[in-house]
Amino acid sequence: MAKEVMSGWTRVGNVSRGVSSVIRECIFGVLRVGPIPNHIAFIMDGNRRYDKKQNPGGAAVSGGHDAAFWALVAMVMYCYELGVKYVTAYAFSIDNFKRKSEDVQILMDSMLRKFDLLEKVAIHFAIRVHFAGNLGPFNNEFRVSAMKLMEATAGYSNSLLTICVAYTSRDEILHAIEESCEQKCIDHVREINSDGDHIIKLMDLEKNMYMAVAPDPDIIIRTEGENRLSNFLLWQSCGSHLCSMSVLWPEIELWNLVLAILNFQKHKPYLERKKKEKQV
Amino acid sequence: MLSLRVAIPAANTLIPTKTKPKPGLVVQTGWNQTDLFSSLPKRYDYKLQAATTGLTDGRASVEDKEVELPAGLSRELMPKHVAVIMDGNGRWARQRGLPTSAGHEAGVKSLREMVELCCQWGIQVLTVFAFSSENWIRPKVEVNFLLSLFERALESEMESFQRSGIRISVIGDSSKLPASLLSLINKVEETTKNNTRLQLIVAVSYSGKYDVVQACRSIVERAKDGQIQLADIDEGLIEQELETNCTEYPYPDLLIRTSGELRVSNFLLWQLAYTELFFTQELWPDFGKEEFVEALSSYQQRQRRFGGRHS
Repeated sequence: MAKEVMSGWTRVGNVSRGVSSVIRECIFGVLRVGPIPNHIAFIMDGNRRYDKKQNPGGAAVSGGHDAAFWALVAMVMYCYELGVKYVTAYAFSIDNFKRKSEDVQILMDSMLRKFDLLEKVAIHFAIRVHFAGNLGPFNNEFRVSAMKLMEATAGYSNSLLTICVAYTSRDEILHAIEESCEQKCIDHVREINSDGDHIIKLMDLEKNMYMAVAPDPDIIIRTEGENRLSNFLLWQSCGSHLCSMSVLWPEIELWNLVLAILNFQKHKPYLERKKKEKQV
Repeated sequence: MLSLRVAIPAANTLIPTKTKPKPGLVVQTGWNQTDLFSSLPKRYDYKLQAATTGLTDGRASVEDKEVELPAGLSRELMPKHVAVIMDGNGRWARQRGLPTSAGHEAGVKSLREMVELCCQWGIQVLTVFAFSSENWIRPKVEVNFLLSLFERALESEMESFQRSGIRISVIGDSSKLPASLLSLINKVEETTKNNTRLQLIVAVSYSGKYDVVQACRSIVERAKDGQIQLADIDEGLIEQELETNCTEYPYPDLLIRTSGELRVSNFLLWQLAYTELFFTQELWPDFGKEEFVEALSSYQQRQRRFGGRHS
């Protein structure tokens, strides 16, 4: 484990100093000529295959999740440097509970080990951390650690890292509907806002979404080559540029991110045109 | 974003030049090809071909003969529900120096071909994004033109749908549609409701978010009436209230979007949770059998995990 932590910090160190930092600033300078996305979301797929690659024929060591964490830290740092204010990562889906219990436990343990490290990174870069999802199924230690991390970074407002855990978009929408319905039914009983049939509005649902803390993502990046949303940000992805790349998540690098942003910039004029049409 | 792909009646049927029938490939259609979507003015210089059918009488149902699939496709792995965002008609027309309406007419040809292929290959539901709720902001003249085209096409093709065993369903916010069109939609839906060969769902004035909002409103009304308790609200209840409750297979297995745009644009939001996405650079009027085979082939090679993991 110590070896992995050292390897992770080495990766972070390489990100933050040296020639690579200078080259990166040049690349970012070029990217900034075009529109920079405000919000990038990641579906971090491929951890298991990465783990199998590293341990061929052996049992899963960490499920690739430790390496996945460092990949996320690197991406968050790149986004922060580039000026992307919001980053969202799909860390754990409610559907993942369907997996083998030992796999689920490996993932939970991996996440729990990373909270302190994540807090250090977040404080260093003044990034607020938010957990989106239903933390109910997790044990008390996990919930307490997540709350502590959110509280420790609550004061930062420049950048936001949202980590989706025990999350699916349908569950998020269901939660928003439940909250909205409950409110409207209470209003009905109290004879408040009883304005007829159309009492539920879009904004009622949107304000009750777990992801109400951030604007809709400009780009959703999925690794491991799959081309589906897998119940992630369905509501928020209406106008998002979808980018699928074959690299495994723990192996994602700067140039993957740069290409995704360049692709986004290429398609942006179409989206801008559509937005202007709306304003007419 | 999208406009209606409907036809202006004309004499001959348009046959796409790039998808000539292969020797030995059995092609059975359930309708008279001179009826359906037949409407291009001759000045566009498309290759025209009068088509005949194998029907013995106007009421004959579609032959159930198995159609040979293109090489590489497996009938067992065919998606039950395919959804399509038919993008690119306007660009297609501009590239050729033609008016936008020509692009829509060419788009109708593609839709027709796709409906036919779906019937042949055992796809049970085809949902097409014909008119988005966001399209209402387009100039009124254009919107009125599109809606009247849709109305005329529905009227002229109703009998064809009936003969070919195609069930038509229309989803979307009907409150803004003209009364005559609404009445016709109801009539077509009623007339074709027992057809089972293919269900063609046309999304008109539709938005995925609107679909969820209206489902939510229905649920609130039922809760206020005491039909359900708030604790009864679950994903199953939401699914029942969505507009796609008109079909046995509300969740598309495959979504195809043409014209190179990589986004879902507020189409079937809830329903797309596990849908395989296929994006192609082809503009919709250029999307034919070859491109559809490519999309289906890509789909059939994918591993669908639904959040789980293959052991």
